[in-house]
Amino acid sequence: MINKIISITEAADMVKDGMTVMVGGFLANGTPETIIDALVEKNVKNLTLICNDTGFPDKGVGKMVVNKQFKKIIASHVGTNPETANQMNSGETEVVLTPQGTLAEKVRCGGNGLGGFYTPTGVGTEAAEGKEHKVIDGKEYIFETPLKADVALLRASTADKKGNLIFKKTMKNFNPIMATAADLVIVEADKIVEVGEIDPEHVMCSGIFVDYIVGGDK
Amino acid sequence: MDPKIVIAKRVAELLSHGNVVNLGIGLPTMVANHIPEGVDITFHSENGFLGLGPVPAEGQEDWELVNAGGMPSSIVPGGMFFDSATSFSIIRGGHVDATVLGAMEVDEKGNLANWKIPGKMVPGMGGAMDLVVGAKIVIISMVHTQKGKPKILKQCTLPLTAKEQVDIIVTEMALIRVTKDGLVLEELGPTATIEDVIAATEANLIISPNLKRFGTEYLN
Repeated sequence: MINKIISITEAADMVKDGMTVMVGGFLANGTPETIIDALVEKNVKNLTLICNDTGFPDKGVGKMVVNKQFKKIIASHVGTNPETANQMNSGETEVVLTPQGTLAEKVRCGGNGLGGFYTPTGVGTEAAEGKEHKVIDGKEYIFETPLKADVALLRASTADKKGNLIFKKTMKNFNPIMATAADLVIVEADKIVEVGEIDPEHVMCSGIFVDYIVGGDK
Repeated sequence: MDPKIVIAKRVAELLSHGNVVNLGIGLPTMVANHIPEGVDITFHSENGFLGLGPVPAEGQEDWELVNAGGMPSSIVPGGMFFDSATSFSIIRGGHVDATVLGAMEVDEKGNLANWKIPGKMVPGMGGAMDLVVGAKIVIISMVHTQKGKPKILKQCTLPLTAKEQVDIIVTEMALIRVTKDGLVLEELGPTATIEDVIAATEANLIISPNLKRFGTEYLN
């Protein structure tokens, strides 16, 4: 069996300047905080972030925003982290606001081999500007394209050594979708167990999507 | 009389037994406290679950179970957790009967603006754009004016959240329905007169011939 367990330093070293990074979590709930802390310390720069939101200045991916590590942010909501607005207003960081359902579906398409999708969300708003419009059965839709990343940084409550994952409660959110949409997938797990300890009926994300696992000490 | 409670109770009475409902942050969240007895509502939380329950008591918070505002929440028996793609499939797929949201502006056509004040405040739309196109009924719950300035306008001036999706507006002064012909004033709040509502509303109002009053139980 391939050994997928690595140290937090090895995980952080896999994220290089200029990469596109997906980070799981919703307002930092389900975000791999230990990996985020290691990336703040490593100070990797010019990243493009794909995440539901930019967390809080002291929590989640927001810590990397405060440390000015992103040149571009694709998110649905940035209102809980004033630093994102500061960098957007000063022109330091490009912020692309995307409706939450559209963001989730763009990531899902990226990981599912699809070329995009037509959605009614955003018709008649700024979110539709510059996008193809199409009327299907009398209803207007806009075309949205897939999103992929170089690396996905995810959080699970339990991982077995093959990378099969269980997420707890609302900490699932973007994590299992992002696992399918990045070239390299690193999961911070609270607990690491032997293969076979997770009932196949309870696996929420297959280990085939997961390249590396860190943590296991909670 | 707290106007927000009057609004929350009237909105709660609009929901039907068996409905799946998504409540926005702030005033809309208060609707859950006023569901009439015997009415079974399944609340959807867009961060990833059905069966949203009451806010846990102090000391009982579970940070693995948060609502769409990122605050500790609870799940009722029969609920389910899911990922964000599934959550929005439920929303866009028409499986949510009603969504209750706040607004900065609403207009005569049912256009809604609630996500951006250019140059001032750009928090992002979060799940609002999906909710207003996906939910079968869009209910706006808000105080009638912003520092005395009308929020129900002839035409929205702020960037839109969605085009022509609002169905009902509930404020402390009025219940207004969006129709093909325009905005119909169907009900007055506990103390408002027709003249009060017209004065606090920029949009044209059609007065319903069956005009009713709500919230009188909050008088005195």
